[in-house]
Amino acid sequence: MSVINTKYGRRSFIKSSFLAGGGLMLGFNSLASLITEGRALETIPDEWFNINAYLKISSDGVFTIKAPHPEFGTDVRTSLPMMVAEELDVDWKKVVVEQADYKPSIYGRQYTGGSRGVMEKWVPLRTTGAAARQMLIKAAAKTWDVPEAEITTEGGVLYHKASGKSAKYEEMAARAAEIPVPEKVALKDPKDFKIIGTSRANVDLIKMVTGKAPYSSDINREGMLYAMVVIPPAFGMKLKSFDALSVKSMPGIKDVFSFKTYEDGYKRNMFDTNAFPELVAIVGNSTWEVLNAKNKLKVEWQPFTEQSFVMAGFRGEQTVVVPPGLESSSDHKAKMKDAADKPGRQMRKDGNPEEVFKNAAKVIERTYSAPFLPHYMMEPITSFAHYTDEGLFVAGPVQSPETTINTISSRIGLPPEKIHIELTRMGGGFGRHFHAHCLTEAAVISQKVKAPIKLQYTREDTTNMGSYRPACLAVYRAALDKDNNLIAFHVKAGGVPDNGLNANAFPAGAVDNYLAESFSIASNITSGWFRAPGDNFIGGVEQSFLDEIAEAAGKDPIEFRLELLKRSKEKPVGARADYDASRYAGVLELVREKSNWAANKKRGVAAYLCHRAYAAHVIDVVVKDNVSRVQSVFSAVDCGIVVNPDSATNMVEGNVVDAIGHAMYGELTFTKGKPDSSNLGKYRLIRMNEAPKNIEVHFVKNDIAPTGLGEGPYPSVFGALANALYKATGKRFYHQPFIKNSF
Amino acid sequence: MISLKINQKQYDVDVNPDMPLLWVLRDVLQMPGTKYGCGVASCGACTVHLNGDAVRSCVTKISRAANQEVVTIEGLSPNGDHPLQKAWLEADVPQCGYCQSGQIMSAAVLLREKPDPTDQDIDDAMNGNLCRCGTYLLIRKAIHLAADMQKQGAKI
Repeated sequence: MSVINTKYGRRSFIKSSFLAGGGLMLGFNSLASLITEGRALETIPDEWFNINAYLKISSDGVFTIKAPHPEFGTDVRTSLPMMVAEELDVDWKKVVVEQADYKPSIYGRQYTGGSRGVMEKWVPLRTTGAAARQMLIKAAAKTWDVPEAEITTEGGVLYHKASGKSAKYEEMAARAAEIPVPEKVALKDPKDFKIIGTSRANVDLIKMVTGKAPYSSDINREGMLYAMVVIPPAFGMKLKSFDALSVKSMPGIKDVFSFKTYEDGYKRNMFDTNAFPELVAIVGNSTWEVLNAKNKLKVEWQPFTEQSFVMAGFRGEQTVVVPPGLESSSDHKAKMKDAADKPGRQMRKDGNPEEVFKNAAKVIERTYSAPFLPHYMMEPITSFAHYTDEGLFVAGPVQSPETTINTISSRIGLPPEKIHIELTRMGGGFGRHFHAHCLTEAAVISQKVKAPIKLQYTREDTTNMGSYRPACLAVYRAALDKDNNLIAFHVKAGGVPDNGLNANAFPAGAVDNYLAESFSIASNITSGWFRAPGDNFIGGVEQSFLDEIAEAAGKDPIEFRLELLKRSKEKPVGARADYDASRYAGVLELVREKSNWAANKKRGVAAYLCHRAYAAHVIDVVVKDNVSRVQSVFSAVDCGIVVNPDSATNMVEGNVVDAIGHAMYGELTFTKGKPDSSNLGKYRLIRMNEAPKNIEVHFVKNDIAPTGLGEGPYPSVFGALANALYKATGKRFYHQPFIKNSF
Repeated sequence: MISLKINQKQYDVDVNPDMPLLWVLRDVLQMPGTKYGCGVASCGACTVHLNGDAVRSCVTKISRAANQEVVTIEGLSPNGDHPLQKAWLEADVPQCGYCQSGQIMSAAVLLREKPDPTDQDIDDAMNGNLCRCGTYLLIRKAIHLAADMQKQGAKI
C-alpha cells in the first residue's frame, strides 16, 4: 500500500455537491502538490501533476466515470476508468463511462499520443477513486458512530462487521458529499487489485457492432450542410485562381469560396503542420453532390517560390522556411545518400571510434532505408463545426485538443472558453491527428456559411494532405576485434526531413567506442509523428544490423544482445544510457523461453525499448511458391503492470500486424511533388491473408507503474521480420518495403 | 423517387440515381453504421448486403438498390444478437472500431455460405476488409466463435 498525500484542500476541490436524486459528484482540481510516500517521486514525470478525475454516483447505484482522454483505439476509454473503479472499490458492471468534456482546468492535460495515457493517469485516477472511497467511509463512520478503521468496503458496499451494519455507496453518497476531501489517501497494494489486471471489454463494443455512431464523421445536426475542400495537387503548389461559377449552379451546391486556415502573420504552434493553408471550400446539401462539384471545379495552381512562418516547437520559436520546388522521391534518395557520405551532426561519442575502426580485425558497414508512409487511419479525415453567436462547437479527430483549440481561437477570433470541442471516438489516429487542421477549416467554413457543417475529406485528400512518416536512411558500421568482440559502433541516420535518432539508446552504453551522427534534409512535403516516431525506422534497422554483427561474430543473436546488455549494466560506457538493461534483457529471456528459440532455425529476433515499453519478438517465416509469409510471432513485453490484459494483448497483436504490413508493403513515393498513390486501389496495406497465423503475447509480470502499449512493441517487429526473412530466404533485407528491398 | 427496402423497412428517396448507396444511407437516411473508407471498393468499411450478397456500398449506385433487399449493420439482427455480434463482444475484437461494421457484414455472408469456415475460408472471404489497427487475428477468432454459436443454436 502506498499513501498519497492529496493536499487538495478546500480551494482545489471544485465540486462536492448534491445531484438531483442525491448522488455524489466529485472532482479534483489540481494535483500539483501530489506527493507519494513510499514511492520515489522522481519516477513521476511533471505531466502527472495537473491531472484529475471525475466521478458521479447516482442514487440508484450507477457509477459514472469520466474518461478524460480522446480515444482512437488504444482503449483509454476503458482502461483509465478501470483505475478509478479499482480504488473506489465498485462492481465494474455498475460503471458507466462517459467521455469527459475538454476542460483542462478540471481534468489536466487531455491528449492521446506518445503512449502516455495510462502512465500519466496511473496515480491521479487511482487517487480520485481512493479519495471518493475514503469520503464514503467517513460518511458511514459518522452515520453509524463507529471508527473509520473498522469499516470495510467491497463491490460498492460499506460494511461494519462488528455491528452487522452495511450500506450501499449510493445510500451514503449524499452524506459523503459533505465530507471534506481527505488530506491523504491510501492506494492499494497491486496484489489486492480486483479490476486492474483483469480483462474488461471495451466499453464501446456494443455501439461498434450494432452500427451506432460514436465517430465525428457520424455527427448529424438539424440544418447541417456538407463541405469538402479542394487541395493543391502537389506539394510545392498553392492556389492561383478558381472559377466558382463553374460549379455553383450544380445540384445541391450552396457556396464555393477560398479561405486561409491561418491569418497572415499567424504564429503557428508545434502541431500546425500544414502544407496547404489556403484551400477552396465547396458547401452543399450532401457529400455526393459536393464531391461531384469538387471534381468539376475549374481551379488553377501555381508553384510557390517562397514560404515561411514562425512556429513554436519543443525548443522554442523558430522561423520555418519552406523550400520551393516540386520534389520527387528520386531527389530525396540522392540527397540522403549524399548527406550520408558527409560527416553528420555529432550526437554522441564515446571513446575513439575513428581510430578503432581503422585498426579493427573486421568492419561491417550496411545502409538501410525506408520511404514516406501515410497514416491510412481507416476513417478519412472528417470534422464538424457549428458557429453561432454564442460560440463554436467543433468535433473531429483530435489527439491534441489543447493546441487545436488555440489555433481555432486565433483564427475565428473567439476566446478558447467560447469553443466547445467534443472528444469523439476516432477511427484510428497513429499520430496523424496531432495535426488537426481540419477542425479549424470546418470552423472557418461554418462561420462563413452560418450553418452547422460537416467537412469530409475524401480518402485521396486524406492521403495527399498527409503529415507522413519521413523517408529515412541510416548507415551503420561495426568493428570487431580478432576475438569477435564488438569494439566500435557507428550510426549515421537522417531523413527527409529527419528521423528521431536517440543517440543514448541501446547499444549506446554497451560499446567502448561509439559514435552517433544525424543529418536532415529540408523538404516542403509535410511530415509528422507516425506510430513510434523515429523509432519505427531506427528500432528496426538497428536490430537488423545487430543481427548481422552477431552473425559475423559467430554468436547466437539473443546471446549476443544479452552480452551487450550485461556489459552495459555492469560497466556502462558514457554518462547516459536511456534504458534499463535488466528489463531489456528480461523481454529477450522471456521470448527465448516462450518461443522455444532453439527449436526452429528459420526465425528472427529483435528487441527494442520504445515509449517506455520493452518488447522482444521472435518471428517465424515460411516461404511458399516464392512468397514469404509470417507464420507465427512470439512477443514478450514489459510495460509494467498490465491494466487490461486482453486489451493489452490486442494492442500488441495490432502492433505486430501493422508493423509487418508497413515493413512489407508500405511506401509512398512522390513525382514532382505529387503522391504516386492516393488511395487503396494502388496503396497496399496488410490484409487478413497476409497477417500471421498465430501471435503469442507474453507480459513480464512485475509491479512497476504501467506504461502504454500503442507504440512500444512496434519498432522491433520491423527488425525481427527482416532477420526472419534472412533466415528463410538467405537474403538480407535492408530497404523497406521488403517486397521491393531496393533503394 | 427511388423506392428502397432497407432492413425490412420501406423508404422513398428523391436523389440522383447515380448517388452511391453509401451516401444515401449516411446523408439521406441518417444510418451512420455503414462507413466511408476509400470510395473505390478497396477497404470494405462500407460493406452492406444487397439481396444477400456482400457489396461495397461506396460504388453501388442507388439505382441498383432500388426495390432490392438491403441490409446494413443496423439491421443485421433485431436486437444486436446475431452470432457474429455476440462473438465480436466475446472476443472483444475492435481497437478503433471503424472498420468493424464492414467486417461483420462480410463475415455474415461467409457464415451463411460456409457455416463452419476454415482459416483459409476466412482469409479468402475477409480479404477485402482492411483493418489498420491490425485486429485480423481476433476477427478470425470471432468468426470461428460465431460459427460455434450458430452450430449450438441449431442443436437447440
